[in-house]
Amino acid sequence: MNTLILRTVAPVLTALMLLFSVFVLLRGHNEPGGGFIGGLIAVSALAIYGIAFGVSAVRRAIRFHPMAIAGSGLLLATLSGLISIFAGVPFMSGLWIYPEVLGVEVPLSTVMSFDIGVYLVVVGAITSIALALEQDSEPREVVAEPPPLRAKRPRKPRPKPKVEG
Amino acid sequence: MAANVPALTFIVLFLPVLAAVLAPGLTRFLGDKAAWVLALAPALAFLHFCTFLGEVAAGEVVTGGYAWVPSFNLSFSWFLDGLSLTFALLITGIGTLIVIYSGGYMKGHPDQGRFLAFILLFMGAMLGLVVSDSFLMLFVYWELTSITSFLLIGFDHEREAARRAALQALVVTGGGGLCLLAGLVFLWNITGVTQLSLLVHLENGLRESPFYLATLVLVLAGAFTKSAQFPFHFWLPNAMEAPTPVSAYLHSATMVKAGVYLLMRLNPVMGKTPAWEILLPFFGGITLISGTLLAVRQTDLKLMLAYTTMASLGLLVMLTGFGAPHAVEAAVLYLVAHSLFKGALFMVAGTVDHETGTRDLTKLAGLRTAMPITFGAALLAALSMGGLPLFFGFLAKEEIYAALAAGNPRAVFFTGLAVAGNALMFAIAFAVGLKPFLGPRIETPKHAHEGPVTLWLGPVVLAALGLLATLFSALAHRYVSSPMASAITDQKVTVDIAVMPHVGLPLMLSLITMTLGALVYWRLDTARALMVRALENLGPGPDRGFDRLVCGLVRLSVAITRFVQPGRLEIYITATFILLALTLLVPPLVFGELPGMPAWPQNLLVQEGAFLLIALIGILAVVRATDRLTAIVSLGIQGFAVAVIFLLFGAPDLSFTQFMVETLSVVILALVMTRLRLSPRDHRPVGQMLFDAMVGVACGLGFTLLLMKSVEAPFDNLLTDFFNAYSKTIAHGANVVNVIIVDFRGTDTLGEIAVVMVTGLAVLALIRVRAGKRAGSGEGR
Repeated sequence: MNTLILRTVAPVLTALMLLFSVFVLLRGHNEPGGGFIGGLIAVSALAIYGIAFGVSAVRRAIRFHPMAIAGSGLLLATLSGLISIFAGVPFMSGLWIYPEVLGVEVPLSTVMSFDIGVYLVVVGAITSIALALEQDSEPREVVAEPPPLRAKRPRKPRPKPKVEG
Repeated sequence: MAANVPALTFIVLFLPVLAAVLAPGLTRFLGDKAAWVLALAPALAFLHFCTFLGEVAAGEVVTGGYAWVPSFNLSFSWFLDGLSLTFALLITGIGTLIVIYSGGYMKGHPDQGRFLAFILLFMGAMLGLVVSDSFLMLFVYWELTSITSFLLIGFDHEREAARRAALQALVVTGGGGLCLLAGLVFLWNITGVTQLSLLVHLENGLRESPFYLATLVLVLAGAFTKSAQFPFHFWLPNAMEAPTPVSAYLHSATMVKAGVYLLMRLNPVMGKTPAWEILLPFFGGITLISGTLLAVRQTDLKLMLAYTTMASLGLLVMLTGFGAPHAVEAAVLYLVAHSLFKGALFMVAGTVDHETGTRDLTKLAGLRTAMPITFGAALLAALSMGGLPLFFGFLAKEEIYAALAAGNPRAVFFTGLAVAGNALMFAIAFAVGLKPFLGPRIETPKHAHEGPVTLWLGPVVLAALGLLATLFSALAHRYVSSPMASAITDQKVTVDIAVMPHVGLPLMLSLITMTLGALVYWRLDTARALMVRALENLGPGPDRGFDRLVCGLVRLSVAITRFVQPGRLEIYITATFILLALTLLVPPLVFGELPGMPAWPQNLLVQEGAFLLIALIGILAVVRATDRLTAIVSLGIQGFAVAVIFLLFGAPDLSFTQFMVETLSVVILALVMTRLRLSPRDHRPVGQMLFDAMVGVACGLGFTLLLMKSVEAPFDNLLTDFFNAYSKTIAHGANVVNVIIVDFRGTDTLGEIAVVMVTGLAVLALIRVRAGKRAGSGEGR
């Protein structure tokens, strides 16, 4: 399935889908969407990228081990539930703040960070499964490098993975 | 005393456990000297219990306790009467000496701290056992002694024999403990009380209950396994794999007497029935005789002592159940005497082993000059065990004969047993306590010399106590024997036997015993050869039987596991789906709950019908597909069609998710297929295909019926209304589905994402394992 058309389209498609997945995640509270669906979209995006360029390219692109992403998501979700301790309300109670950012009221909540946690768990766990399955099925030969999405420059290795969210 | 006595007792009960926690650290700092510090814990406990002596001798009972689990009406409560106080004193008193002895015996051992911790832990458990008032507390402590005993027997865990012995002891005594639990539940149900103190002083009709025999058998199973009664005796000699302080403490002086303690404790409520007076003397008598006979065969000092311990326990059980007026008093005297002399002799055997490097009787002689103090202690203890005048063992034996000897055939039979058993024990006593020290010196593996004070202090004190208790017998009886006998019989008993022998039948029997014993001692080698030959003819004993049983259990479990877990995915899935079909189909058929025929929808829209049709075509394509890839993609068609139907019926979230799940399913299934290198086509035979199809159709039918039945019932709008009403106002979200997922039922979601995460990890591990295997074997599959 390593066709020229797919290889050309895949990076754009993946980027769009990932963007869309975040959009779906964030709109979920009021419109159809949410962390679970968003996560699944992101996994599909990564799957397309993987089909086009191979597993190692995906691994490089997401930087962290997918299970680390899933783990950080679970941690974030748990912490979102635990914040309620400090407010003296039961575990997992939704708490909201409405800070003004540049004159716009932005509603932020533990519910949202919880949903982001769900998103990360889904992305991490399912990507991990897909990549592991794909890894062994693909031949060990060198896979075509993805075209650079931006001007090439040497990547500095980061000292340690940061917990996202 | 102004001190708060119950609080103090509570602390004392946990003092050994506290010392156990400190033991490893303390041993690291102080080396073997730590034992002296740690011995303070049991010594203090001993002194604390001594303060109750006067009160208990006056016939009072010391009780106390705290609420443990108030909601279940459970309390951590203790009561001390003559019986438990005597046991508590033996446990803490001998315990002090044992801890000191362990310091010398285990000197330089890298795990000395651990050993001392285990011993002290056991002490705490045993102490709790004898003072427990509530049934549950008794049971918990009972099992704790089994577990600590397991740890101590298996202390030398690098030897297989020790591991086997530890496991055997745990299985036998732990299993007995479970029987005891059942027995205690019976007791509770029959009498309605959960406290021993109430049980003893209650007229409760236990003996008349139809469940009396069942209760008795269960309690006896607990007591007999713990106290190594025939046919459960085999674990005790094997337990000699433990270091000698353990044998001296657990397997002669204290733990093995827990069964006897229980019988004595229950004597007022369960005793004096035909079953009690048949079962106890019968099993006790067999244990007594077989124990002494087996002891004669051995040449290992510790094993000889172990078998006589078993015999002594048999004697105690026999006396407890005998029912004659003085039998209980005899049991009391013998129990105390036995703890003293057997503890001393075990420690002597350990010292001899420690200093000479062997404990084989045939390789030891002439140690009297090299180890004079040990010899003295050994001789005193042997004299008491042999039951010679001036020693506590003599008083016990006189009382035994006084209790047993009577005109009826039953009494004559058991008197004969007692005489034979005691005579053989007399011989063993001197074989252990005298023989290694007499005669010309034999070279031993190590150069023999007297051990340090830690090694002879214990035996000397215990052996001397056996003498002092007789000389001051009035005092001993007043504070120990009489209160204890009173507690066992639940009436005022005064023990008054003194050192001056009365001429009569008991003394005659004593003389016969000594003569017989001396004869056996003189001809010990002949007797041993005789026993060896006899046992060879008898064939394998229960010890071998235990191995067979364990082997059989393992084989049975393997067979069951192989049957239940054949390791073939098809079988698992077939079984799961058959079960699913049965659960879905059988209840509606049996209870006549089948749904009615639904009405054909009148206003079916064209697009709805179209997508329904597409879904059906997808399914048909799956079934008719010749290769797997086509089947997987066709399954996707059906899934997408269903997703669109969801969308049409106003469930965008569900539909959205369904789309994504279907997409990913196709991707992952295709990956799995290539990953597992399945053959592209289905190779099932036709019969198998038909069967699988049947199971599939049955499941589908079941689900259809279930759904139709659910739809038949009027729809309850309660939850819908609630969520619609409050989603925006409480949770600030307009999308009800998402609000439910992340807010109203957020904890559920947290659990679900944890499951997703764990599943991911599991799949990853599975794939890695397979990859590793393939790399290792180099095969294609």
